[in-house]
Amino acid sequence: MKPKRDVGIAGYGAYVPRFRITAAEIARVWKPSQAAALKTEKSVPGPDEDTVTISIEAARNAVYRAQVSPPDIKAVWVGTESKPYAVKPTSTIVAEAIGATPEVSAADWEFACKGGTEAMQAAIGLVGSEMVDYAMAIGADTAQGRPGDPLEYNTGAGGAAFIIGPGAESVAVLEGSYSYVSDTPDFFRRQLQEFPEHGHRFTGEPAYFRHVLGATQALMTELDYGPEDFALAVFHQPNVKFPTRAAKSLGFTKEQIAPGLLAGVIGNTYAAATMLGFAAALDHAQPGDRILCVSYGSGAGSDAFSFVVTEVIEEKRARAPRVQEYIDRKKMIDYATYARYTGRFGK
Amino acid sequence: MRQVCVLGIGQVPVQELWDKSLRELAVTSIVAALEDAGGVPVQALYVGNMLGGELTGQAQLGALVADFAGLAGLEAFRVEAAGASGGVAFRQGYLAVAAGLRDFVLVTGVEKMTERLDPEVTAALAHAHDGDYETFPGATPASLAAMIMQRYIHEYGVDRGDFAVFPLTAHQNAVNNPYAMYRKALTRAFYDRAAMVAAPLNMLDCSPTCDGAASVVLGPAQVARDLNRPVVKVSSSGLATDTIAIHDRADPLWLAAVAQSVAEAYRQAGKGPGDIDFFELYDDFTITAVLALEASGFAARGQAVRFANEAGIGLDGQLPICTMGGLKGRGNPDGATGVYQIVDVVQQLRGAAGANQIDCRVGMAQAIGGSGATAVTHILEVEK
Repeated sequence: MKPKRDVGIAGYGAYVPRFRITAAEIARVWKPSQAAALKTEKSVPGPDEDTVTISIEAARNAVYRAQVSPPDIKAVWVGTESKPYAVKPTSTIVAEAIGATPEVSAADWEFACKGGTEAMQAAIGLVGSEMVDYAMAIGADTAQGRPGDPLEYNTGAGGAAFIIGPGAESVAVLEGSYSYVSDTPDFFRRQLQEFPEHGHRFTGEPAYFRHVLGATQALMTELDYGPEDFALAVFHQPNVKFPTRAAKSLGFTKEQIAPGLLAGVIGNTYAAATMLGFAAALDHAQPGDRILCVSYGSGAGSDAFSFVVTEVIEEKRARAPRVQEYIDRKKMIDYATYARYTGRFGK
Repeated sequence: MRQVCVLGIGQVPVQELWDKSLRELAVTSIVAALEDAGGVPVQALYVGNMLGGELTGQAQLGALVADFAGLAGLEAFRVEAAGASGGVAFRQGYLAVAAGLRDFVLVTGVEKMTERLDPEVTAALAHAHDGDYETFPGATPASLAAMIMQRYIHEYGVDRGDFAVFPLTAHQNAVNNPYAMYRKALTRAFYDRAAMVAAPLNMLDCSPTCDGAASVVLGPAQVARDLNRPVVKVSSSGLATDTIAIHDRADPLWLAAVAQSVAEAYRQAGKGPGDIDFFELYDDFTITAVLALEASGFAARGQAVRFANEAGIGLDGQLPICTMGGLKGRGNPDGATGVYQIVDVVQQLRGAAGANQIDCRVGMAQAIGGSGATAVTHILEVEK
């Protein structure tokens, strides 16, 4: 899929909360015998942080990079699975906070971990049709893990915002996108449930791999590219193992995915995961680099994008903190503090 | 009692078959077996299955599978003896033909384990043990096997690492079996690093949760001879039980049901351990394989691990076991396994085992339920 008008990323921004807890520390409480083997850590939202605040930080960074006047941003769309209100959009708060209201479209998007890239697809359409010049898509989450569940080791928090705009102003121009979806209930949360349920091994082959590989192969076939045509590739990252395996089976090297693979240091940031990885790849990329970006959302589906980095990136990149700066800015906390910050002892 | 032969075999590749239902698996294996048998008119169907009710919500599998195989009306019922279900179903088929009651019988083993999450599957598998005195207080199949292994190591002073030869052999053999779940060889280093499931059993000492179905067609010897391929006959069948709970056994390191079923099988076939060319034993856990070798007369008490390492249990060893991957490499779809074992034996005896072919005339298959509470042993031979 590609709009008639050249579009791309006019600006992008990231945000990761500063608190970190190691998987080993979580294991110390739940499964001490496994602690020594665990080497990852994840980000934890502070007591006054949530998907709204995270989205706003990322959105501001995107605006700084884009150097666009906020009232010209005609859509602010947040993809998340941890929106503070079941009914009341996060997007309106973000739109107001960055000064884009009232002439703006705002709505929250849900498709598990790919709500943000869904919003990107739609933003591409809105800008590509010349209905508007700038539309912002955000992926942000404060992921919930049931205490003691294997998912708890990875559920992180973070956000990334992308302002889609005219190709000429973009740090990276869109070559094409593809969406691949099926009704696959690998991971879900009912209305009033606090924590999601997942299908253990069913979340692998029939879910993550089927859709990530399906979308990637379809996009590459449509654009007539092989893995060697891409400088960088970013895959959805619930952990380090899945994207590494997906990359390998598609023929991508470890070097191609390394800059965009953050799961080991910030965990799975759910709707932000692929987009934060993409932001990190953009922080790293050189003009002319082609970047593959493939998300995955449970339920299930994948959005695949191919972007080519332009000269514009050199100048715009420096205007806001890079993903690595947020990763490096960290304060380690223990399980009790983590339980307090994530509301286990009540708000 | 007349001679009974295996006329046809069929199997489904063992995997996590997300897209296949229990009935679909069974029927696929039946179609393959009937085709292999040249399409004889089967008159009865015995279905080996352990977890249909618990994990699929489906009982009355005899009628169900017959129905969906297009054989509604046949004598059919489900046979359950925990992990021995498939072997016992095969025995039922053998008895029906041997007694002259039926001419052509279909035996199907089928299991669908991936439809539920791990805790539910473990709880269902635990039904093979004593519900009041073992599992209600919290024991699982792995923890019970672990206790036996712990005792074995203590009694006989065996080195923990010496057990590796069992899963390594199984995986090595599975490489060449297109129906096997795991087709990669393991290294000793990989085994030593494997995470504990229930100490001292590690991940590689435990057979996997998976889906599968296998079927065989049984019939009289004279029909088998007309099929223009090696004639594989069922020489004997033995079945015995033991106390269900380990704590009620005089000797927890002796599988009395195995010994009894094997003695019956040897006697009926007029054979002894020295006549057996290969042994499709029940390696749901490594320790089970070790104890099965001892109770079946292939190694002295406490010596099976040394026997495996020195005399050899690989394809070129003194007693090849798990020649197509066993439960550890091929997979262990619980109630279906006993029939997969028969299929493996038949392939070897026919000379159809491909890269894993060994020089053989007599094979033994043995399935075990729970901690050895049921054991069923079959000896098959090829007519030369």
